[in-house]
Amino acid sequence: MAGNGNGRLSKAPGAAIALAVPALLALPVGVGLVGVVLPAFGYLPALGGEAFSLAPFRQLLATPGLGTSALLSLASGLVTTAISTLGVALFLAAFHGTAGDRLARRLLAPLLAVPHAAAAFGLAFLIAPSGLVFRLLAEPLGFDRPPDLLIVGDPLGLAMMAGLIAKEMPFLLLVAFAALPQADPVRRMRLSASLGYGRMAGFLLTVWPGVYRQIRLPVLAVAAYASGVVDVALILGPSLPAPLAVRLVAWMNDPDLSLRFMASAGALLQLAVTGAVLLLWIAGEQLTAALRRRVTGGGRRFAEEGATRLAASIPVALAGASVFFGLSWLFVWSIAGFWAFPDVLPPSADLSTWSRVLPNAAGPLTTTFLVAILSASLALVLVVMLLEARRRQFPAAAGRAVRLSPAVAGLIYLPLIVPQIAFLFGLQVTLLSLDLGPSIPLLIAAHLVFVAPYVALALADPWFAVDPRYEQVAASLGHGAVAGLFRVRLPMLTHAVLTALAIGFATSVGQYLPTLLIGAGRLPTITTEAVALASGGNRRVIGAYALLQTLLPFLAFTLSGTLPRLLWRSRRAMKPA
Amino acid sequence: MVQNRVAAMAMAASLVFAGGAWAQVAPDAAWQSVLDEAKGETVYFNAWGGSQNINDYIAWVGGEVKQRFGVTLNHVKLDDTAAAVATVVAEKAAGKDTGGSIDLVWINGENFVAMQEQGLLAEGFATELPNWQYVDTSNPSVTVDFTVPTKGQESPWGGAKLVFFSDTARSGPVEAMPKSAGELLEWAKAHPGRFSYPAPPDFIGSSFLKQVLIETTPDPAVFQKPVDEANFEAVTKPLWDWLDAIQPVLWRSGRDHPQNYPAMKQMLADGEVEIIFAFNPAEASSAIAAGELPDTVRSFTFPGGTLGNTHFVAIPFNSSAKAAAKVVADFLISSEAQLRKEDPRYWGDPTVLAMDKLPEDDRDAFAAIDRGIATLPPSQLGPVLAEPHSSWMTRIEEEWKRRYGN
Repeated sequence: MAGNGNGRLSKAPGAAIALAVPALLALPVGVGLVGVVLPAFGYLPALGGEAFSLAPFRQLLATPGLGTSALLSLASGLVTTAISTLGVALFLAAFHGTAGDRLARRLLAPLLAVPHAAAAFGLAFLIAPSGLVFRLLAEPLGFDRPPDLLIVGDPLGLAMMAGLIAKEMPFLLLVAFAALPQADPVRRMRLSASLGYGRMAGFLLTVWPGVYRQIRLPVLAVAAYASGVVDVALILGPSLPAPLAVRLVAWMNDPDLSLRFMASAGALLQLAVTGAVLLLWIAGEQLTAALRRRVTGGGRRFAEEGATRLAASIPVALAGASVFFGLSWLFVWSIAGFWAFPDVLPPSADLSTWSRVLPNAAGPLTTTFLVAILSASLALVLVVMLLEARRRQFPAAAGRAVRLSPAVAGLIYLPLIVPQIAFLFGLQVTLLSLDLGPSIPLLIAAHLVFVAPYVALALADPWFAVDPRYEQVAASLGHGAVAGLFRVRLPMLTHAVLTALAIGFATSVGQYLPTLLIGAGRLPTITTEAVALASGGNRRVIGAYALLQTLLPFLAFTLSGTLPRLLWRSRRAMKPA
Repeated sequence: MVQNRVAAMAMAASLVFAGGAWAQVAPDAAWQSVLDEAKGETVYFNAWGGSQNINDYIAWVGGEVKQRFGVTLNHVKLDDTAAAVATVVAEKAAGKDTGGSIDLVWINGENFVAMQEQGLLAEGFATELPNWQYVDTSNPSVTVDFTVPTKGQESPWGGAKLVFFSDTARSGPVEAMPKSAGELLEWAKAHPGRFSYPAPPDFIGSSFLKQVLIETTPDPAVFQKPVDEANFEAVTKPLWDWLDAIQPVLWRSGRDHPQNYPAMKQMLADGEVEIIFAFNPAEASSAIAAGELPDTVRSFTFPGGTLGNTHFVAIPFNSSAKAAAKVVADFLISSEAQLRKEDPRYWGDPTVLAMDKLPEDDRDAFAAIDRGIATLPPSQLGPVLAEPHSSWMTRIEEEWKRRYGN
């Protein structure tokens, strides 16, 4: 290809790549799913399950509180996604193009870098009856002990959803920022303003639909994630009963090995719940679109905004503030001596936790970095191949929307929809029977399964949004397809590519179960160490490891934000929006 | 401080001496061949990694076995032993009967019973270890784990005994604290919202239920046999009555429970609850040393006895370094390793060795350990109540979930 100067790829290999890449990524999930479907129907000879039966499902349905658990997962998926999306829409509507918007962009990197569990710990420290808020209230209200209030772990799962929203809103904000330029905000806002619409109404009615169309897949990924989340639910969620995914993990980990059959049936139920969340969300999209049409048709201009703009900043500001305060709180814990309620700050501080943690962290940090950078880069190459192959299937696509076909999108995003715990056991058995021992390349391959979908999420829309006429100009000057890709398209997409790389990197850093199971404990990363140590419940150690876990993704997100500015500082039109 | 250092030096001297004495005993030929085989092997030791102290102790063991026996020890840190069980299950499912990824696993109770039942453990080895001669075999829990005979398939590592902690600064002297499950119930009624227990199947939570079960049943001998559905309801009725009575006065009115012992420890530190319990009598002292609990916390126990058991290390059936795993298991029950383990500066876990079987110097070294202000000496820990057959717990956990779990 490199040598042919005519700038054309034949269609056939393109189509093959467009299907081969997602198939490659979905294969492990498919294999793993077989390993869960069989035990769900009673077949797992290693544990004495020789015949197929429906007994695991009967046992599952007879479990107390199963309905509540499933409903919690369903509600968590829908509520988290709805509030996160709404918060982002309102924030952009109120602050697009203002100082508030620029501030948010700058503060995004650390917010994104904080691992979910760390953010959840931070929020718990903030809102628990023994946390910061009540410590501040203790003096004026005159209590010397935490009040007996059920805030963290409330039966409705509100604390859990708050924790998820605090982490998902920054993620959706990131992808929305990347999508905004393609939604043509300046001209649309001008037009709606000329028709007398208020700023927020104008944005929500004209620009937002164009943004939402581009970030729809990330939104669906958030919905799937929130319905099957384990770590955040363990820290902030209700326990009696817990959301379905948490109970699933408990069954999988039960000393009574016969529970694994029921756990496999539970994994299929989790899959159904996540599926239901996605279907309900899509139905909700239709409803919202109809509502928007009615509002537009009604003709009200909503020119009077008053305090609405201020109110619109609340969700994003709260989310950002809670993650920031949570992280600072974790840092203070990591250096605290004994710290009793209701002291707002610890009476003594030292670095003893750090001096014990740091010498042990170097090895895991190196492994983490290596696996993350390689799996993210590999994912980037695969995704670029996939997107470019797909784009070239529409040679005359100028101005026409190119999208991944539903089959391909379904395959790519399968690893995000199927709960990890559901298919990792099957995958582990398969790898073992192939006699694949734990190694860095194998771990990278396993991470790739989870990293590639996020890279694709972040890159697909910007990739298809670049005006193909730039490359046509390059071709007309005698440059080939490869030159066009490397000298025109990729440089133009520097920001999007680096953002995708950073997201992939952070995703790899955060992987716990795949690292533990596929790495067979031979390849400890900062995350496996953090989770193991967190089980000891020492807030100092949890704090120190949470900060270490944040470190690498923070660097990645900071670089992805600043490098384009440095590289293109002399090119005015290339400055990131 | 100076005094501490002198004590440490004296101890170090006695250790060197003890190590020398051990080396003089000519190992028999069978053990020598194990040692020969072990040299150069790598042991992947899967053990809970939630405590920096324990992790540091295991790292020390790694250094020692490397130096003495040429065995490399890698600590695979787990958040739950179940992950190790799952790995061995997966390996068996894949037909990987040799060259497995786990060589040694820290285990006891239900996890052990499950692995033994499914044939996931190597054949018995513990009684052939040279240091077995020092093990306190008069303690039944060393050879019978949760009423199931270990058949030597796990080697004892440390003892456990249920003890209670409270903060004397908030709750007054420990002498006034409850002395039985019945008194605990009365105390909880007088202090609503200040007591809780981890929700089963958490290990500590389940153990607490067993304590109440044994105390409230007129004839606990029934628990040494597997659960009998015919009399399950009648036998466990006093337990449910007790739990029903305490439910409304629990922390958060019983609508939530702490996740595990560490969570309870944090709740004691924050003043959310006033009585907590642990399986390691030295927990409170080491938590005070780590700045996790105030130095006003003290221990107490029930004079009528509390639950006690032993934790072990076992070798999976498909381990790729069985000889080296045995060498590590043997070192873990050497008086030197056990002494360091019982010292709260390193870990504070009770020994499984019998004092009267040890050479005099070692015995003195154990007696000289400074257990810390919050730790009861072994003589004041009270009688041991034996663990019920594990099938009781399975049924009780199910029933608990049905009653309080939703």
